[in-house]
Amino acid sequence: MFDFHKNHKLLVATAFLGFAMLSTVIAVIPALQMQEVKPLPGMEELNSEELKGLQVYVSENCMACHTQQVRNIEMDQVWGERPSLASDYYYSKQRMDLWRQSPSLLGSERTGPDLTEVGKRQPGKEWHLLHLYNPRIVVKESVMPSYPWLFEEKSKAMVTQKDEVVPVSAELLKNPNHQLVAKPEALALVAYLQSLVQAELGQNLGPDFIPSTRKKQVPASGAESLGLDGLQLYSETCSACHQPTGDGIPGAFPPLAGSEIVNDPDPSILVQIILSGYDARPEFGAMPEFGSLLSDEEIAAIATHERSSWGNQAPVVTPEQVAEIRKFILNQ
Amino acid sequence: MKRTTLLLLVLGLGLSQSQAQTVPNPAIEQWWSSPGIIGTALLIALVSLVAILIIGSRLSALFQGLQKRAESRKKETLKSELVNWEEEDLDWILEKRKAAKKYQLTGTELTGKGNSDDSRGLIAKVTHDPENPLVDEKKKETLRMETPKPLRNLMIWYLGAAVFWLVFGTLVGQYVGMKFIWPEMDQISWLSFGRLRPVHTNTVFWGWASMAMVGLGYFVISRTSNTGIFSYSLGKIAWYLMNSAVVLGNFLLMSGVNNGGGEYREYIWPVALLFASGLILTFFNYYKTVAARKISEIYISNWYLLGGLIWTITLVVIGYLPSFQDGLGETVIQGYYMHQGVGMWFMTFTLGLTYYYLPTSLNKPIYSYSLGVLAFWTQMLFYTLIGTHHFVFSPLPWWLQTVAIVFSAGMFIPVVSGTTNFLMTMKGSWSAISKSYVLPFFLVGVVFYFVGSAQGSLQAFRLTNFIWHFTDFNVAHSHMTMYGIITFILWACMYAILPKVTGKEPPALGVGIHFWLAFVGLFAYMISLMTGGTLRGLSWIEGESFINSVILMQPFWVWRAIGGSMMFVSHLIFAYNFYEMAKKEKPLPHKISAPLSSVHA
Repeated sequence: MFDFHKNHKLLVATAFLGFAMLSTVIAVIPALQMQEVKPLPGMEELNSEELKGLQVYVSENCMACHTQQVRNIEMDQVWGERPSLASDYYYSKQRMDLWRQSPSLLGSERTGPDLTEVGKRQPGKEWHLLHLYNPRIVVKESVMPSYPWLFEEKSKAMVTQKDEVVPVSAELLKNPNHQLVAKPEALALVAYLQSLVQAELGQNLGPDFIPSTRKKQVPASGAESLGLDGLQLYSETCSACHQPTGDGIPGAFPPLAGSEIVNDPDPSILVQIILSGYDARPEFGAMPEFGSLLSDEEIAAIATHERSSWGNQAPVVTPEQVAEIRKFILNQ
Repeated sequence: MKRTTLLLLVLGLGLSQSQAQTVPNPAIEQWWSSPGIIGTALLIALVSLVAILIIGSRLSALFQGLQKRAESRKKETLKSELVNWEEEDLDWILEKRKAAKKYQLTGTELTGKGNSDDSRGLIAKVTHDPENPLVDEKKKETLRMETPKPLRNLMIWYLGAAVFWLVFGTLVGQYVGMKFIWPEMDQISWLSFGRLRPVHTNTVFWGWASMAMVGLGYFVISRTSNTGIFSYSLGKIAWYLMNSAVVLGNFLLMSGVNNGGGEYREYIWPVALLFASGLILTFFNYYKTVAARKISEIYISNWYLLGGLIWTITLVVIGYLPSFQDGLGETVIQGYYMHQGVGMWFMTFTLGLTYYYLPTSLNKPIYSYSLGVLAFWTQMLFYTLIGTHHFVFSPLPWWLQTVAIVFSAGMFIPVVSGTTNFLMTMKGSWSAISKSYVLPFFLVGVVFYFVGSAQGSLQAFRLTNFIWHFTDFNVAHSHMTMYGIITFILWACMYAILPKVTGKEPPALGVGIHFWLAFVGLFAYMISLMTGGTLRGLSWIEGESFINSVILMQPFWVWRAIGGSMMFVSHLIFAYNFYEMAKKEKPLPHKISAPLSSVHA
């Protein structure tokens, strides 16, 4: 009966049916189930600009190097508040058009960082534009490609009000008298990247991370001994723009080394800028607000680090001072 | 409910859940790895070793004593017997013994004394100074197979296209690899990393390996069915369909049209449809040929070839059907598709080719037909279920991940049966390897089949995933398999069959250089990325800043590029060797054919 070696019809039919059946069980049915998930309550649909950005993201195949999934293991905690859920992808992973399917955003390689929360980590538009034009302007060791074709050089007379001028130093341009203007594709891509933030689930509602076996240092009680590392916090939060050397990037992000505001014995202005952002000087990019992202202790540690590094010499900032300024801003 | 799940997860991981501040006791789950336990175990092992040594020596002394006593008793009896012997008898025995000890062979016992003469022409070549004093001289292929001209041409079409895509695809790969060292090599959108990476992978998949496989398969299917191919023109049409899919797909990818970035699914559906139609025609052609076979049994190779084709067609259809691909549905399909693309197409088909070309190169039958059958069905059962191991710890359902991991371990069954089958076939012919230019490729391919597949199974485990996932280790693994297994075996098959079909040998030196450059290059590639990938994973676990892990990869990326360059150069040499094997013979002077054609006219 099972004479596979003599009956080619039986052989091929069995192989086909067996494979089709297994495929249905392991791929088609689970895929159908995964489609059934609904978006999270706080999630917003991508607007048309962000969708356009997603298309640029796919077209340049950013998925080759960037993942968008926070795995449920502790080492991924740096990429998001909570492990990713199926619902997180409800709006972004839809079929793009007749020709192209739902993008494979989860990715399989992390040659570059995970982008699940890049909108929170790097909120500034100028930073993104500079980084896309040439990643090594802002991150010296980066191996990411440049995307100059998302930008164009225009003579100063041709630049209009609508144009988004990228604050890049003149020697990086082909014609030093020109200005660099972001094309709509670049702006859409940046809008998409800025939209990448995990939806809030409320405390203890999301899944937990599986803890690692790594020995953790037991934190002692009390704010003083929290052991917040100003340098570590600075490199995570600030150095992408202001650079590890504190020199900033000429024309884009102001230097902190030797800055009057940073060295002011009264830290109020410095702390205020960190808390609520700053966009008063046209020659530099806008500084986003960090009040909602960082605690008083963290801001104090960062400010203290800034005021005691790169030749800066100014007194320590305490969490109490930060709390006071925060209250003052809230009351305004 | 959530607790139990979490507990299960933790058990599955083998990780300790204890946290320092809540559980002050040492983590007992890890007792076996604590230094005290390991040290104690080592000490006990040391003592046991000494004890075993002492017992062993005592026992051997005891045995020797017993043996000695028995021997001396024998001597005593001999002595007592000798005393009773006659003097003359003793002398006669001694003389005989002396003569026997002096005897020597003259060296002409087998040849006789006449002059040697090879009247039947069995000896092809006698030389006292070989071409190369360092390596064994490679045997020339003496067997010529009468192949129908259309089959020969069809094979050369397919294999020629494959060689072209290999050179093109690896040139792109080499270029992309160099971009890790010099990210500013060019500023052209068409050549940017994101766009070229899928061009590299898709070209070597659908261009090089697929073309070579189908071309080599045509010979197997016809030969083992003892009949001609059902339709040569269908073969040609499929050739055009598949090649145009690769050309068009690459063009679109470089211009920025990407299906969605899922690996090996970057061609948009119209392009995939072209390729799939080529596959369907090929399947139809193969199937009809097997159906018309002149022997009752279907040779095991043809199981794999037909199976590989029908599975891949199903796979492409499921991979591109849109109705279950939104949200994470796409991710489920992606894991399934990218793994089965490798497993059901390249691996299955190449195994089928090996079942024919390996035994014929050794001129002996395959070791076990039944092992081949076992491997075939287990390949289908286990390989199909393991796609989700590319998404361990992802938001995909945990049960799906667990099934994938369990069956990844199950993959040992087809892998071990296949490897055993091939190695047992080679057993007893090891000396033939150094004298053949085909068998070294087979040996490397078979060894990598075991190593690469077993390593892949191990990589699917949660703990190894923890360290290696998302790092360059994956890239090393895919080259170990697609290059170490598939490409090496395809080379072996091509070197095995082309001289038999065309009657032209590749230059021995060229084959040698090709083999060693590719082999050493692959090692440099693999080792550097595996080491770098592991260090990178550990750096992430330690929670170091991400850019540190980029900086630490730099030297490994350089070594990868060096290995890649060696591989690429070997492909150029291979292309030349192929040209030598496939080039047309000089056409006969047309004077001879002129009268004939005039008669027909």
